Amino acid sequence: MAEREQIRKPAPREEETEVDEVAPSETGQELKAELDDLLDEIDDVLETNAEEFVKNYVQKGGQ
Amino acid sequence: MFGVEDRVTSPSMAVHKIVGIETEFGILHRHAGDSNPVAASSMIINAYVNGHLDRRVGWDFEDEHPGIDARGFNEFDALAPEVETHLVNAVLTNGARYYVDHAHPELSTPECTDALQCVTYDRAAEEILIASMAAANDLLPEGEELVIHKNNSDGKGNSYGCHENYLVDRNVPFGRIVTHIMPFFVTRQIWTGAGKVGSEAHGLGAEDVTMQITQRADFFEEEVGLETTLKRPIVNTRDEPHADTKKYRRLHVIIGDANMSEVQTYLKLGATSIVLAMIDDDVVPQPLTFKTPVKTLREVSYDIDLARRHELADGRRMSALEVQWEYLELARKYAESHGLEVVGGDAIGNDVLDRWEHMLSALESDPMSLADQVDWIAKRRLYEGFVERHGIEWDDAKLAALDLQYHDLRPDKCLARRIGLQRITDDADVGLAVDQPPPTTRAYFRGRCLDKFPDQIVAANWDSMVFDVGGDPLRRVPMLEPLRGTEAHVGSLLDDCDDAAELLRRLGS
Repeated sequence: MAEREQIRKPAPREEETEVDEVAPSETGQELKAELDDLLDEIDDVLETNAEEFVKNYVQKGGQ
Repeated sequence: MFGVEDRVTSPSMAVHKIVGIETEFGILHRHAGDSNPVAASSMIINAYVNGHLDRRVGWDFEDEHPGIDARGFNEFDALAPEVETHLVNAVLTNGARYYVDHAHPELSTPECTDALQCVTYDRAAEEILIASMAAANDLLPEGEELVIHKNNSDGKGNSYGCHENYLVDRNVPFGRIVTHIMPFFVTRQIWTGAGKVGSEAHGLGAEDVTMQITQRADFFEEEVGLETTLKRPIVNTRDEPHADTKKYRRLHVIIGDANMSEVQTYLKLGATSIVLAMIDDDVVPQPLTFKTPVKTLREVSYDIDLARRHELADGRRMSALEVQWEYLELARKYAESHGLEVVGGDAIGNDVLDRWEHMLSALESDPMSLADQVDWIAKRRLYEGFVERHGIEWDDAKLAALDLQYHDLRPDKCLARRIGLQRITDDADVGLAVDQPPPTTRAYFRGRCLDKFPDQIVAANWDSMVFDVGGDPLRRVPMLEPLRGTEAHVGSLLDDCDDAAELLRRLGS
């Protein structure tokens, strides 16, 4: 079911535009910085005892 | 873009795609020792209702028949859902139903005429749950709190749903719906999925599935069926239209995830409506039937790189993305030939098509660019960053905690609300939708009556209201047409009437 075979990506559609190469230096660093800020923020609000929170999160089956 | 009036060549005979979405929420009663989710769910609903409604009007169960099967028979061994008539059940002034269902608080939006209206009511439902938490926490002892999650799994094998409802033509053979909606449901998850760490399928662990596209795929075991709580089917056959049964069918869709992304909820409702309109109008091609839909459903969910091709019944292999492109292209042609009035008009219909196209293009060329529109991609970006930063494994409890906290509706905790997801709704409209019904469906009549004459209404449900105007017997007003009882039909009348007795007299019933 969850096989990790290498599958060739399907051929792009005819009308698909060229994928621009993302300039490796600036945009990549900006995106990383943005993600880092987000991760900092999340570290602050994340439930303090992750294991216990996850363990206690039990629901009854619904529809 | 499309000069629709000139180009519509075949007027649509489809039934207007009235839509509604009902969400079962996860509930925790924290720091409470022994707690019972049915009691907690009751408490949270009561806290809201007692604070917000002048008088509680109960649900009228007379018309509930969840055991009726669209295929025309009743499976005696199928575990049709029971109707639990003794649990808390309220109708709100915005026309929504807020109730306890199988140990979860559940909120069904009122009936809506288009996807934009419905996503607004879905967001209003979140606001109602947030207000409910606040109201309940005020009543609880210091340190205890009720916490609500808008998700579909506890990560331990227990799942609860976010169901969509679509009005379709009764005269369409159910088999046609099954054939053409099945491949759509199996593949739409690539842009509807809410994402989940790991897998709850039997025998799979974190080494097999780091994360997957949906919350729900693990829980689906059948192609077609009546059950909703076990052996869940991709296409549910429940046949309770809550409307004129000669004209209408309500397709009850149980396969979706609860989305925090408004774009996904909007598109899910809008695109599915268009596909169902095509089925109503019998504008359908040779179907892209999968050989093993249930297996494929899971394969698609576990394939976060969208790389796999899946086997069709005719032996071809197609990726989920390729199947979605086929549906979109068909929808574009349908929009040109039939127009999109049945999904709320060409403006909204074409917006749905354009956004759907953007989704598919981005999934093809730069999936991570959808991190501000698609929950599973937002999660992937977050979790991969988190794994790298903390050097943890994918089965670490911290990731599981993130995966829950993404859906935590507490405003100071909710991760989804911190990551810059694109909005579709407007805060002012959402605020109105908390209390006021949609003006364009029978929910308008229901909501306005509840607001104006709460003391004279005994019970309400989707397709009727029971009034007590002092006489004997009680008076039931049927509401079998979802598009009747709108603001245009009854707005002025409701404004004019001082009491329900006058209303009933003037309605001529």
